[in-house]
Amino acid sequence: MRSLETILDPASYADGTVLDLAGPLAGGALILDEIVPPRAPWSTVVEQGEILTIVDVGGNQSADCLLYNARDTAERYSVPDTIAWSGNIYVRTGTVLRSNEGNPLATVVANETDRQDTIGGACGKESNTLRYGHHTMSEHGCRENFLAEAAKYGMGARDLVSNLNWFMNVPVEADGTLGIVDGISGPGKRVAFRAEMDILVLVSNCPQMNNPCNDFNPTPLRMIVTAGPA
Amino acid sequence: MATVASAHDTETVALARADARAQGGRVADAMPYLPASSTPYPPAGVDKGKLTWAETVAGGNYTHQVVARGTRIRLTDVTGEACAHVLLYNVLEPWERLNVADTVKIPWQAYLTTGHPLLSGDGRVLATIVADDSGQHDAFCGTTTAAAGRAKYGDSAPQGPSPSGRELFTLAAAKHGLTGRDLPPSVSFFKGVRVAQDGSLEFTGSAGPGKSVDLLAELPLIVLIANVPHPADPRPAYTCGPLRLHAWRSVPTDPADPRLDASPEARRAYLNTAGYLAARGL
Repeated sequence: MRSLETILDPASYADGTVLDLAGPLAGGALILDEIVPPRAPWSTVVEQGEILTIVDVGGNQSADCLLYNARDTAERYSVPDTIAWSGNIYVRTGTVLRSNEGNPLATVVANETDRQDTIGGACGKESNTLRYGHHTMSEHGCRENFLAEAAKYGMGARDLVSNLNWFMNVPVEADGTLGIVDGISGPGKRVAFRAEMDILVLVSNCPQMNNPCNDFNPTPLRMIVTAGPA
Repeated sequence: MATVASAHDTETVALARADARAQGGRVADAMPYLPASSTPYPPAGVDKGKLTWAETVAGGNYTHQVVARGTRIRLTDVTGEACAHVLLYNVLEPWERLNVADTVKIPWQAYLTTGHPLLSGDGRVLATIVADDSGQHDAFCGTTTAAAGRAKYGDSAPQGPSPSGRELFTLAAAKHGLTGRDLPPSVSFFKGVRVAQDGSLEFTGSAGPGKSVDLLAELPLIVLIANVPHPADPRPAYTCGPLRLHAWRSVPTDPADPRLDASPEARRAYLNTAGYLAARGL
């Protein structure tokens, strides 16, 4: 395990990497403040009303994210319900992140990039073989991170669904062509969402090295939970 | 007092049995046809003896089946008002199931039509869209929830006039030992959605009556289908027409198919699928 000092040293990353730890996007008492190393999974429970700020410390680092009702994880984040209710495939300030039962799990309360992705899904060892070739099979993936972190809560493959990708950029062209392209985030850019019920948040700090979702340079994420306005 | 019961003479077991048996052989607009070769609507050019599943599913209803690898399933929108919400599972390991994100991301294409593989999250193909004269389908909006149904139609219950897709999927899934945890995002056929540059969705509706989509099972599958209105259908009334379904024995996709020269990602998905089956001795 690398030390926090090493994880937060720009020299640990590609030449020219800038790391900006920024700070919380929302007020209220500080409840949690943690660094997620590159390539690693992470999770916490955010209670109703609390706000999670995710900081893209090194810029254009995809934070793959799944949300669950912390009291009944059979209720979990739903890409299609979020899209169908909002009428838009992109996630922005004000987007309500809905569950598979149509209930609000969280609301995006601040966002420092133009838009956030929720159609690109997660990478994985097996899907990498389709996307890039069988030579990638030994590489780590977000699906592996999600499975490892979900296991801590008694969940498994049945509990992984399509996810959010904070700081990832997936345009859809007029003919339906879509794909992951260069990011529109940067060091210190943030997104914040307020829990509308007690939610379990799983994050995979994406290890992908075959497309631009991490600028081919996986960097840390900072996760800050604050109590929100009194 | 005149009641429905008065039309039935069911005072004794023998009478009740005779009454029940007299009902057999009746015909409904929506029903399965057994054997499948007895379908009143045989698909043109298909050997009736190869049919394995024939059914008309009412609007607001659902169906489900386990099908063999190589089964070709034709869905037909009889009136132009059907919307077939589909979930697929590998029957051998049902935690392998449709993954809509991979289904659009890996082929670099959001809009489903002929040639599109329906992928699991495990790098394999569950089914392939092998024919499509509709072109109006959707991989973004999934199906409807109870909450959405109550908000839009006032009711969502399976026994009511406007069932939600998720509640029908819950019933279909339960009949294969699956629960709410096993209902990932679904795809839907016969009602289209397009994405504008700003990400907003436009509902493009139906291609009209009589359109069909053929799905080819590339693994042995659990197939769940809910026939309910599309979540983005702007009409205030619950509008959903019958869905006709025929399936027959056919041949799964060959990873060496020259069609796949243009789809290296899909070719590797078929290779993975074939490798998985070979390792299992199938």
